[in-house]
Amino acid sequence: MIVAVPAEEQKLDSPLCVSFGRAPYYCIFNTETQKSRFIENAAAQSPGGAGIQAAQDLVDAKITTLITFRLGENAAKVLKAADISLLKALNLSIADNISALLENKLAELDAIHAGFHHAH
Amino acid sequence: MLDFIMPTDRTIAVLSGKGGTGKTLVSVNLASVAQRATYIDCDVEEPNGHLFLKPSYVQEEVITVGKPVVDQNLCDGCRICSKACAFNALAVIGKQLLIFDEICHSCGLCMHLCPNHALAEVQKPLGVVRKGNSGTITFLSAEMRIGESSAVPLIKALMREKHSGLTIIDSPPGSGCLVTETISHADFCLLVAEPTIFGAHNLAMVHELVMLLKKPCAVLLNKTQDGENPSLAYAKTHNLQILGSLPYDQDLARLTSDGLVANQESEKYHTYFSLLLKEVEDASDTHSQR
Repeated sequence: MIVAVPAEEQKLDSPLCVSFGRAPYYCIFNTETQKSRFIENAAAQSPGGAGIQAAQDLVDAKITTLITFRLGENAAKVLKAADISLLKALNLSIADNISALLENKLAELDAIHAGFHHAH
Repeated sequence: MLDFIMPTDRTIAVLSGKGGTGKTLVSVNLASVAQRATYIDCDVEEPNGHLFLKPSYVQEEVITVGKPVVDQNLCDGCRICSKACAFNALAVIGKQLLIFDEICHSCGLCMHLCPNHALAEVQKPLGVVRKGNSGTITFLSAEMRIGESSAVPLIKALMREKHSGLTIIDSPPGSGCLVTETISHADFCLLVAEPTIFGAHNLAMVHELVMLLKKPCAVLLNKTQDGENPSLAYAKTHNLQILGSLPYDQDLARLTSDGLVANQESEKYHTYFSLLLKEVEDASDTHSQR
């Protein structure tokens, strides 16, 4: 299982970034090797469609699971097309969320919001 | 009375950085005192000029925009289109191409680049443009379909209908894409501003946009009362020409809430808006002679 978690900072003990598409980094954790790394979110500064591009990049990074507080409908469509399991984050650090995942304590992400796209 | 103003060829955009400052009040009344004018309601997300001018419609046209549609049998998932898209409107999962219509700006690049001709353009309805008459005023408005997010093509469609003579544009609020498109068709911008800190902030935003597009402009201070006026302070600091102020008036508010055109009901406002139209025309002449 390869897990992605939106991150505000490149630290395992830091809190998650509340935004999915605009998170500056993602923590990528491989449950088999128990190794984590941080990747920059190239889509964070996009004028639009950040969630779509971020989801594409994570699918390309071969993740199987995403832990997040919230997710827009466009990003969800991309991730669901790739059969990524979407889990609801707890208000804990990145490391503690990954531990919670390993202990099967994370619930499925229930609410997909309509996105925060500004009008053009 | 200034009942015989001969409109010359010019387009005045009535703007404000926020909603509710009085754009429609001012544009409707300017068009109404001019008599021979075209009024265009560009607030396609919430058009309301028809409530006052009560036009009889002669034409309604559905405006469509082209969106790409994929033939999955022809798409090999090469990603040429998704990588080229400036708006991130495309994603490729395996060999499946996902297209996000509300993110797409209909630029057509994906269809142009596809080596397999897997993308075709399909016209999708975006909204309607309505054309009519209100007395001697030519009335134009457009309304975006519910659920759509980008109405710029509707503004472009409205502007294609614009003809010679005096045109008063009732702009959308704010300083986003719709306003940018609207201003680009104007010869002169009238910025309507409220006497609040928020009003001054939004005046600054729309003023910056007008400057960026190099359009001449002037300010009309609306709902003025005794005391400080942050919008006046902004206008003074930035050497903006002030064409006048429209004091807060319950009678005017009452006429407006009854859907009436103030200058047609009140001698005082007929004089006021006739003079304002003259001021606006003079100010735009001054700028065009520079």
